[in-house]
Amino acid sequence: MSAALLIEQLLNGLQLGVMLFLIAAGLTLIFGVMGLINLAHGSLYMIGAFACAAVAAATGSFWLGLAASLGAAAAAGALMEVAIIRRLYERDHLDQVLATFALILILSEGTRWLFGSFPLYLDIPPLLQGAVPLPGGGQYQLYRLAIIGVGIVVAVGLYLLISRTRLGMRIRAGESDREMIAALGVDIRTLYTVVFALGAALAGLAGALVGALQSVQVGMGEPALILAFVVIVIGGIGSIKGALVGAILVGVVDTMGRFLLPKLLALTMPASQANLVGAALASMLIYIVMALILALRPRGLFAGQA
Amino acid sequence: MRKILTASLLALSMTAAGAALADPVKIGVITTLSGGGAGLGVDTRDALVLAFRKSGNTDVELVIEDDAQKPELAVQIAEKMIQSDKVDLMTGIIWSNLAMAVVPNTVAQDVIYLSPNAGPSALAGANCHKNYFNVAYQNDNFHEAMGQYANQDYKKTFILAPNYPAGKDSLTGFKRYYKGELAGELYTQVGQTDYAAEIAQIRASGADSVFFFLPGGMGIAFMKQYAQSGVGLPVLGPSFSFSQDVLPAVGDAALGVKNSASWSKDLDNEASKEFVEAFQAEYGRLPSIYAAQSWDTANLILSALAKADVKDKDAFRAALKEADFKSVRGEFTFNTNQHPIQNIYVREVVKEGDVLTNKIIGTAFEKHGDAYVEQCKM
Repeated sequence: MSAALLIEQLLNGLQLGVMLFLIAAGLTLIFGVMGLINLAHGSLYMIGAFACAAVAAATGSFWLGLAASLGAAAAAGALMEVAIIRRLYERDHLDQVLATFALILILSEGTRWLFGSFPLYLDIPPLLQGAVPLPGGGQYQLYRLAIIGVGIVVAVGLYLLISRTRLGMRIRAGESDREMIAALGVDIRTLYTVVFALGAALAGLAGALVGALQSVQVGMGEPALILAFVVIVIGGIGSIKGALVGAILVGVVDTMGRFLLPKLLALTMPASQANLVGAALASMLIYIVMALILALRPRGLFAGQA
Repeated sequence: MRKILTASLLALSMTAAGAALADPVKIGVITTLSGGGAGLGVDTRDALVLAFRKSGNTDVELVIEDDAQKPELAVQIAEKMIQSDKVDLMTGIIWSNLAMAVVPNTVAQDVIYLSPNAGPSALAGANCHKNYFNVAYQNDNFHEAMGQYANQDYKKTFILAPNYPAGKDSLTGFKRYYKGELAGELYTQVGQTDYAAEIAQIRASGADSVFFFLPGGMGIAFMKQYAQSGVGLPVLGPSFSFSQDVLPAVGDAALGVKNSASWSKDLDNEASKEFVEAFQAEYGRLPSIYAAQSWDTANLILSALAKADVKDKDAFRAALKEADFKSVRGEFTFNTNQHPIQNIYVREVVKEGDVLTNKIIGTAFEKHGDAYVEQCKM
């Protein structure tokens, strides 16, 4: 195994992690501030991808599509919050799960009704096409490097937003004591809508970025949502820092597991069998890691203050 | 949507039944109409509905249900169709893992099942059944064809497929005919959408070509990522990832890829031309291989209905087995295990105007059966 391959796989793990962070950040933010379990977060991711694909197909510009994905997901998020989610804050988690699960079904079938059952085409913009050389003689896809870049920008942006701005102060205050900041005259309802739209926009951005890499189709959000939940459970529910660390951990563990496990098993059994067993084990690996972390730290790596 | 469709078909067939004063022939159709794999099921359903409508046979009633690509759901639907709808025949399942969950139990209850797509090896060999007819292929077939074709140009192929029954059949089939060396062999997760880790291994393996079987959205994701990765080795595969339903989403990345199938829209026979024309006129899109297989399934059923009463199982099975219908694939007969004997072609992805589609460039096998027929004691 060469150094170039190892570097490439580490980058792949990092890129997958960054992608998961973009989805998980919104999910954990919404949970941290509003205490809401939003299963429909994956649908917002799908809305972002479809908006990007539709606008890119109509205008020929991926970048306009990307802007549209942010706008569409944020708008859909705000609308959902005002129309439905707002009624769920006082209810228990089971009601929230039930209502947001219904939203998944409604949004999936609604998207199918609008766009049909066949996957849409969305390509990487010309500027980011191709591969760049890596140290050690390897090559790496430029677009994936760009995704890592976007993830870093979003992580820094979120950190600054939450620790340095007035909105961030209110978000933190809302996390710790809802009644108190309402009593101090902060419009908590608007704050919640803004936070929900922000989380939705992040999911939409992730959907558009991934859409160009994978396929834009109905149901693309649910597998991503499951991984995002693993990430926030590992990171500690409600913690953005936890989401970042958890996402990168899951990304690297998953990629390295898929890469190394069949090779390790091949030392002890015939190659074709090692491939099968290795693939099966690799698909379980992140859940095993999650179980281990929860056994040692039941509230995740960076449990919130709540 | 499903309800409306079933209801309208029901209404249609009820008026028809009233006129003919005969019991309608009930056909249960379980297929994937929601979720990521819905494109395949929609093509299957659309071709089936269209074929029965065009035939003018008003005695057929379709009961269509969505399995959402979930085996447990498919099993429940099958039970319901057998127990309460009392269907005479069943068809529709796309995925091999769903077929494995549904078919053995269905045929054991003396309901005839006709597969329009999935053909797991387990049902072709020792577990073949008189009530199970596969109208599509045995899973290994297309992959065997690609293994055979790869021998011409390649000596070191990297192969990958998802870790489920059809994926294992795929790589087994490829290896059965491929004589070169394998640069690597990988099983991926079902539903996986990111292939960066696999592509990195292909790059490092020193392969001279890549063979992959990744149906539905998996293949779209793989091809797009592969095209961008700069690996640039020639790609081979079965038709599933280069079928008409996914080509628009893959885009130009698919151009020039060689793939194997039992049918292509440029196949030179009357039935095929008629089918492509009718499908395009009705739905405004080109049909995929799934639609072609489903169209054949419908016409096979119609041919048997013309010869025998569906309630007389022995006679009906015999009528099915004759395969006396005009297949869009040209020559089509059933083997002793009731799986097809047919030609498998090699196609190339080309652009016709702005539309990506396939063109036949050669024949990999003529009158090809499957490797499991000997194990079938029927």
